[in-house]
Amino acid sequence: MTTIAITETPLVLSLLRLADTALVHSHRLSEWCGHAPMIEEDLALANLALDLLGQARALYTYAAEVEGAGRTEDDLAYLRDAPQYRNVLMAELPRGDFAFTILRGFLLSAWAHPFWQAATRSTDAQLAAIAAKAEKEAAYHVRHTGEWTIRLGDGTDESRRRMLAALEALWPYSGELFEADAADRAMIAAGVLPDPATIRPAWEATVTRVFDEALLPRPADGWMHTGGRSGRHTEHLGHMLAVMQHLQRAYPGCSW
Amino acid sequence: METITERSGPATHGADPVGLVEAARAAAAKVVDPEIPTISIADLGVLRDVRLGADGVVEIDITPTYSGCPAMRMIALEVEAAVESAGCGRPRVNLVLSPAWTTDWITQAGRDALLEAGIAPPPPASSRRALFAEEAPVACPNCGSRDTTLISEFGSTACKALRRCLACGEPFHAFKCL
Repeated sequence: MTTIAITETPLVLSLLRLADTALVHSHRLSEWCGHAPMIEEDLALANLALDLLGQARALYTYAAEVEGAGRTEDDLAYLRDAPQYRNVLMAELPRGDFAFTILRGFLLSAWAHPFWQAATRSTDAQLAAIAAKAEKEAAYHVRHTGEWTIRLGDGTDESRRRMLAALEALWPYSGELFEADAADRAMIAAGVLPDPATIRPAWEATVTRVFDEALLPRPADGWMHTGGRSGRHTEHLGHMLAVMQHLQRAYPGCSW
Repeated sequence: METITERSGPATHGADPVGLVEAARAAAAKVVDPEIPTISIADLGVLRDVRLGADGVVEIDITPTYSGCPAMRMIALEVEAAVESAGCGRPRVNLVLSPAWTTDWITQAGRDALLEAGIAPPPPASSRRALFAEEAPVACPNCGSRDTTLISEFGSTACKALRRCLACGEPFHAFKCL
């Protein structure tokens, strides 16, 4: 099986972390296509997936350009195996039920919105340009998933039961959104990436506001899962990539 | 900046540079959005710049409405064909992300064309809405009533939402505000 070895400078690694999180989340959302509980929601989830796919494409294209090894966005998406993926673990968890999908989308977009907003001021002009588009899209994602979080949390006994189960499952994955390792700190110092510590208050405010209205308790921050951003993944990512990368693995280099 | 088209070449006959750029701009401006064929890419604000490159090739910049807009490649190919048919050579079509597209760039002619097609244009300056702020009222494209309600923030394309008029009862598409 062909896999490629990427030279991960701090900038390339940072771009891959953002791109992989967007792509993997996009793929999980796209799994709902044709299966959502109603036609409007089918369209909505596919639209959210499309926005994230567009962001991932722009980030991969830029990562390939920065790496300078002549690779394309497709090489980065299709020819890396699970240990080379740098997404946060929350994005790769199986799609679960509708409550789980919505809450994951809410927790991730409530992070993405202030993150991209801050990244519009990046010293890296191309990242700032990508951020300017992503910020506007993320605002729609927060509103849409936030409204559903309220409707399901403060809904029927069944919707509430499912939302509480999703919350218990997802919360321990939220800590990874605010981690900063040596590569992150180098990028923060250079003004390329925002400091996650400065993103957290906005994330907390959005989560608290929506959870209050949804009558959902904000869980205590206990032990948190970690590792996705360094390539240590759950077993679910490999299965997802087996589906997503099948065509390029079976017919390397095929195009249409 | 990413070049979308694969081959390019200068105009074969000796047109003056200013006339060449103007002819290329006029040809490119007529290309319509494949998903909303009543509006041209010029009126939509997607066509950003037309100029002559140092190698004599016409350079055209287009910008996506949404990051994942699947129409960009189609638009690039149609721009390429339109400009070449106009005798301006085969242009280089680039995708630019900055500054980010906003609904405020849709021209008055574009807003009229949307309305004519039954799509409510975005309210002016609606792109600067706060995260949880109330949305600006959207008038029904059929009866003009402002008594309309949101069905879904996501419609048949990335740039449209679904609404319903409470006065005449008709569902309609509304251009999303970015």
